[in-house]
Amino acid sequence: MAAIEHSKRKKRRAFGEVPGLGALAIAFMMFLYLPILVLVVYSFNAGNIVMVWTGFSTEWYARAFANEDIRKAAINSLVVATSATAIATTCATLAALALARGGSFKGKGATVGIITLPLMVPEIVTAVAMLVFFSNIGLNFGLGNVILAHVTFCIPFAFMPIRARLDGMDTTLEQASRDLYASDWETFRLVTLPQLMPGVLAGAMLSFVISMDDFIITLMVAGAGDTTLPVYIYSMIRQGITPEINAVSSILLLFSIVLVTAYWFVTRTKPDGKNH
Amino acid sequence: MKTMTFFGLMAGSSLIAGAAMAEGTLNLYNWTDYTSPEMIDKFEAETGIDVVLDTYDSNETLLAKMQAGATGYDIIVPSHNFVPIFISEGLVQKVDATQMENFANVQDRWKNPEWDPDQQYTVPFHWGSASVSYRPDLYGKELTSYGEYFEPSENVKGRIGVFKTPEEIVNLAHLYLGQDFCNENPEEMQKVQDLLVAQKPDVVAYSSEGMNDRLINGDTIITSHWNGYSFKGRKLAEEAGKEITYAYPKEGVIGWSDSLMIPVGAENVENAKIFMNFIMDPKNMGMQSNFAGYGGPIEGQREFMNAELRDAPEINVPEDAKMIFSFACNEKSQKLIDRVWTNVLR
Amino acid sequence: MMANLPSSPALRRTLSLAPALGVIGIFMLIPVCIIAVFSFLEAKSFGGVVWSFSTDAYVQLLYERALDDSLMLSPGYLIIIWRSFLLAGIAMLCCLVVGFPVAYFISRQPLQHRNMWILLITIPFWTNQLVRTFAWIIILGRNGIIEAPFHWVGILGSDDTLGLMYSNFAIAVGLTYTFIPLMVLPIYASLEKLDFTLVEAAADLYSSKWEAFSKVIIPLSKPGIIAGCLLVFIPSLGAFIQPDLLGGGKNMMLGTLVQFQFSTARNWPFGAAIAMILLAAVVIFLMIYARAARGQQKMELH
Repeated sequence: MAAIEHSKRKKRRAFGEVPGLGALAIAFMMFLYLPILVLVVYSFNAGNIVMVWTGFSTEWYARAFANEDIRKAAINSLVVATSATAIATTCATLAALALARGGSFKGKGATVGIITLPLMVPEIVTAVAMLVFFSNIGLNFGLGNVILAHVTFCIPFAFMPIRARLDGMDTTLEQASRDLYASDWETFRLVTLPQLMPGVLAGAMLSFVISMDDFIITLMVAGAGDTTLPVYIYSMIRQGITPEINAVSSILLLFSIVLVTAYWFVTRTKPDGKNH
Repeated sequence: MKTMTFFGLMAGSSLIAGAAMAEGTLNLYNWTDYTSPEMIDKFEAETGIDVVLDTYDSNETLLAKMQAGATGYDIIVPSHNFVPIFISEGLVQKVDATQMENFANVQDRWKNPEWDPDQQYTVPFHWGSASVSYRPDLYGKELTSYGEYFEPSENVKGRIGVFKTPEEIVNLAHLYLGQDFCNENPEEMQKVQDLLVAQKPDVVAYSSEGMNDRLINGDTIITSHWNGYSFKGRKLAEEAGKEITYAYPKEGVIGWSDSLMIPVGAENVENAKIFMNFIMDPKNMGMQSNFAGYGGPIEGQREFMNAELRDAPEINVPEDAKMIFSFACNEKSQKLIDRVWTNVLR
Repeated sequence: MMANLPSSPALRRTLSLAPALGVIGIFMLIPVCIIAVFSFLEAKSFGGVVWSFSTDAYVQLLYERALDDSLMLSPGYLIIIWRSFLLAGIAMLCCLVVGFPVAYFISRQPLQHRNMWILLITIPFWTNQLVRTFAWIIILGRNGIIEAPFHWVGILGSDDTLGLMYSNFAIAVGLTYTFIPLMVLPIYASLEKLDFTLVEAAADLYSSKWEAFSKVIIPLSKPGIIAGCLLVFIPSLGAFIQPDLLGGGKNMMLGTLVQFQFSTARNWPFGAAIAMILLAAVVIFLMIYARAARGQQKMELH
């Protein structure tokens, strides 16, 4: 009896925890952060060339802060990314719900196809196509053009984690809620959405990041004064990357760490436990 | 968080600033790192016009954007060989530089150039040359001919760099082979293609970015280069204890010239013309040259240039060296160039 | 108050789909159709198109025009296509092999730790892609971080190099690095909602741990795996920063090839044609996956 229990316990303990997995995860993190580390370290390089270390200096940060072009570009990037994420995540959530809960209908495959279309088309092609399109129909909302373009390619990125989350989600709670005469909206707000939250947040994060990082589409679509940070950096690369760019990237990194940590604190205080 | 407030303040102030400067704006679209901030500040202070600067990395990007209908720019700065394209495509408007006050300052050799004989569309900006740069410490001797670049010797094998401008690399090949620029002869172009294809295994990278980095790092020993970049590279290399030399091979170097032009549909045409006039003043062009590292077309600007730049071998073509200007090629020869380039880069 | 959404499920569904479909339909579908049309037009010398029908662009894929206009079969572009699929596939596999265990590990952590891990994975994404890729040049390059120990120990002379940079290897590393978070996040989202006590119970029915794992966990996390694979494979196929910066512009991939046509090569129809080929390939992959996913769903509905 004891022997059987012992072996069962052994199996159970061994099941979820695969040995060495922790080490792999840590190694993975080191791999992920190595270029970041290089980036930050070399931003303190006294010399002009990034690749040759000549000493420690914070002058590049001073220069980056003083650089008005960089500041303008950074603000544009943030504005675009925030707006595009908000809109794209909303569209994606609605679409994912409709596709996962709406049963089958004619053209479902095509609908999924259209939603994921931006993922398939190479960025340069999207870029030129959008520019030609915008100018032909005379659409000129300035930064709004960029935002529209970003919403378009952010939707599929937001869509996929949400859809993945929905696909395996247990509908019993939702059914129970409806059985208890909650309205559709209440069901959605109090049952579905909280369960969906990790997926929605993952989608929003992905979308924000993709938008911040995009440059080839923005390069083509942006008009005068709408330069975003990646576009600005891209055009500086011609000269070879100076530590100033590293400094800017490090500042952005710091900013994002601050932001995401804040988000983490916020989600921490909320009572949850809607895991399974 | 401090960073959040900082960005918030910046956003707020830039909105206000944007609103205040609504009149008197100039939208300048120039090459990256090619516009002297000092010169812009001086311009803004003298004229009260607010300058908005956007940048591009190549003539092709500029052309693609203009052709696809981008608006909002008041000044663009194409290279000379693209000027006729912009004119013939109807993308730019007449400015009549001869009527501008400071036009008299332009050196004679830059007046009425081949690409704009009546000086109707352009105002000259920087000029420069294209050739090869190399590491004399790694190469061991002086480079005197493009042959050493196109058919590298043992110690340079696998350490060649090529920049990503098709016309210029094809023209360098033409110089070496003794052929004409804008060549329409398929057999001669075939020779160029064969030369470039044979060189390919020894090429580290086909890229105009990071050329100085690769030279200083030793990834490349010889690379095609432009004089201004090479000047900057030489200074950077000195910091790292290395040397870079800009070569004037016996076959000659290729000359180029950039021009200021005003696109059709520009909003601030008058301000653009004011800027064009401003840039033809020796003090201003001198300031601009100090930043960009290239020579300019204005008489008397040398006085206002840094000594280091003024006397640099990169911008002072030696007496016995040849500088041959390339020019815009017609459709037929352009197609051949494009085809050669595509075939080489496959 | 009984706030009900529009009564008809079909109407509700349509309204929900409308925003996403609308945006993508207008700003994506139509421009893509423009590109499709472009691929059948003639190239204008200095970029742009001439509105006259021509299959030149597609002919160029297989045949090379010698400078005297004669046609001969040339494998050059097929090599580029092959290289793209190969490198994208390698990147996808590397991401999967590394990403799945990591996602699994994270999903097994206590809740607070989990969020922190996800946080940590997303942060690098916040640095500019170009600069991150450039950092790899410092790491892989001559006298770089990887080579430094070899130089100190004396295995590499001062002018020697391992030659890691400007190669297919460097491109693969760059692609894997750039897209691996896109593999980890969907798989994690999928794994995270699994009830592990149920999984363990099911797993007890199998004799070996590995069987339990592969027959229970992997099928249940398939949606995440598929999403992750697609999110890595497809952008990798059309990528151009990595081949451009890390491959030295020599080892062209489809993305660089298209970008090249719209810039330096000034052959828009050809660029459009390549884009169409790329699209076709991706559509085929998606259809295969869709079929596999549908089959999977049928299996799950027991």
